[in-house]
Amino acid sequence: MKRKSNILTLISIIVLFLFLIYANRNFDAYQIRILNLCAIYTILGLSMNLINGFTGLFSLGHAGFMAVGAYTTALLTMTLAAKEQNFFMAPLVYPLNSIVWPFLPSLILGGLFAALIAYLVGAPVIKLRGDYLGIATLGFAEIIRVVFTNTQGITNGALGLKGIPNTTNIWWSFGIAAVTTIIMISLINSSYGRAMKAIREDEIAAQNMGIDLFKHKMMSLVIGAFFAGVGGGLLGNLLGTIDPLMFRFFLTFNILFIIVLGGMGSITGTVISAFIVTISMEVLRFLDEAIRIGPIYIKGVAGMRMVFFSVILIVVIIYYSQGLMGTREFSWNKLLGGNKKKPLAKGGTK
Amino acid sequence: MSLNMSLNTLLQHLTNGVSLGSLYALIAIGYTMVYGILRLINFAHGDIFMMATYFAFFSVATFALPWYLAFLVAIILTGLLGMTVERAAYRPLRNAPKISILISAIGVAYLLENLAIVVFGGRPKAFPAVDLFMDVVRIGDVAVQILTFVIPVVTLAILFILLYLINHTKTGIAMRAVARDHETASLMGIDVNRTISLTFGIGSILAAVGGIMWGLKFPQISPLMGVIPGLKCFIAAVLGGIGNITGAVIGGFILGIGEILLVAFFPALTGYRDAFAFILLILILLFKPTGIMGEKISEKV
Repeated sequence: MKRKSNILTLISIIVLFLFLIYANRNFDAYQIRILNLCAIYTILGLSMNLINGFTGLFSLGHAGFMAVGAYTTALLTMTLAAKEQNFFMAPLVYPLNSIVWPFLPSLILGGLFAALIAYLVGAPVIKLRGDYLGIATLGFAEIIRVVFTNTQGITNGALGLKGIPNTTNIWWSFGIAAVTTIIMISLINSSYGRAMKAIREDEIAAQNMGIDLFKHKMMSLVIGAFFAGVGGGLLGNLLGTIDPLMFRFFLTFNILFIIVLGGMGSITGTVISAFIVTISMEVLRFLDEAIRIGPIYIKGVAGMRMVFFSVILIVVIIYYSQGLMGTREFSWNKLLGGNKKKPLAKGGTK
Repeated sequence: MSLNMSLNTLLQHLTNGVSLGSLYALIAIGYTMVYGILRLINFAHGDIFMMATYFAFFSVATFALPWYLAFLVAIILTGLLGMTVERAAYRPLRNAPKISILISAIGVAYLLENLAIVVFGGRPKAFPAVDLFMDVVRIGDVAVQILTFVIPVVTLAILFILLYLINHTKTGIAMRAVARDHETASLMGIDVNRTISLTFGIGSILAAVGGIMWGLKFPQISPLMGVIPGLKCFIAAVLGGIGNITGAVIGGFILGIGEILLVAFFPALTGYRDAFAFILLILILLFKPTGIMGEKISEKV
């Protein structure tokens, strides 16, 4: 059975790979961009699910972590000429104005900065009641926008950055999404991951079992923020322009929506719902814009799409709080009708 | 600049700070009451505050009601809105994990913001002015709008009414009992759902009063105007000690006055004005997490 499902996994990876090659050749720029967004939202969803879904913390700082990652990556990868064009109000500060880094180390540094900031914001708050973390991270995400709007010499203020190299392509986004998924799966199934799940189920019981609450909560937050930073970096270099207004609460809301819909505490659920949500955000764009179907003219209303999504979020959390997958994971065995369960001792569910 | 001049400027700033602080205080009370009774950060509170300004705007602009009637209608509608939100989005989750109800609150906040964009339009509107409050009086060399006096007086009056309500009436006793323990309270014959609903109603009414006076003072209203004041007022509630109504008022005043003085004395930091509250929050949580008036709440096993 085990071998059979390994083969099936391998086959589906190859199919995905072939699909990506096909898509890369034949899809138009818009479709490729949506595919890229799907992969990036997968990374972001997984990172937020680690914090909110697996550890049971409540972090709303994703837009802020992404902003840190996006700006770091963009500032490191932009060409010197592009930097000169952007910073006409105030010159760019010293080390940044003379260096151009390759993409991967920039992404990693962006992630590390986001992680560092998550540590600084989280450390004083995480020991307290859980919901303070929500306000502190949400507040941080707003502050980071305020700071980025005011530091003309580093972030170019409200003008934002233009001419960021469009390095992100299907291979980067899906590659990093795959790496993130693998890291998340191994983390969740490690002793650290089990400790995090124990904290989610019952903090006090977990503490009594000898789990260091502070360490594991911080670990979850910092790792989550790292991947949020990387995702932000990918997004910035996909779009080509970033500005502080891009990183409003809207972005965090989308990711929260993805993990709630997919199931808080399910990796496969997050991946599936990242694709569903990203694509439906595009498909439902008609709600915001006027459309004409034959003789019927429907006047679109700006904001209608988000009304729709927030109603869905509330309905899902009230009536289907498990989301698509709950805390379950996809497995070939279940799909093919075998019902061999993972033993409880190995982290299976009842 | 002579000493007299700078004293006057200081007074001018202080009166501004006090009236901004009063507005923060009114919104903070709503947060602190809901947190006290449900242990829930009502993320939608800032947006309920925003809806109140629109209710007042349309009562005056569309239905041409005189201002006192319009404000009364707005206050009642906002109270009903708060109770509806509780009924629809929070009550079904009473026994669900805490994170679910927080997410529901986020959903409601986002829904109200976008609904406001759809229904009222995204462009800012001018809040109707009430001449009575706009007159300027001079005290020595300090010119002050009457509104600047009205705001703190209304806030303090509301605070005293509320304290009386909570400490000396049956409803107040029920609220305190439910805040302590839902189950025991219901065994004592208290209608828990009704009490919680009432708490939301009162909190929303205060947000409405705050919103209307906010609209009079800063007469530009927009669908996203509630977000930042909402966050700041939660911080004010934490600052004063969450769950404590007097604390929320003190926290609101500290935040409002601090913010105005920061901008007055360090004009270079004006851009960072909104960041001030959050830095304050981090500092409070580091050094005195229970806030100024708060009691230590230990986690129940």
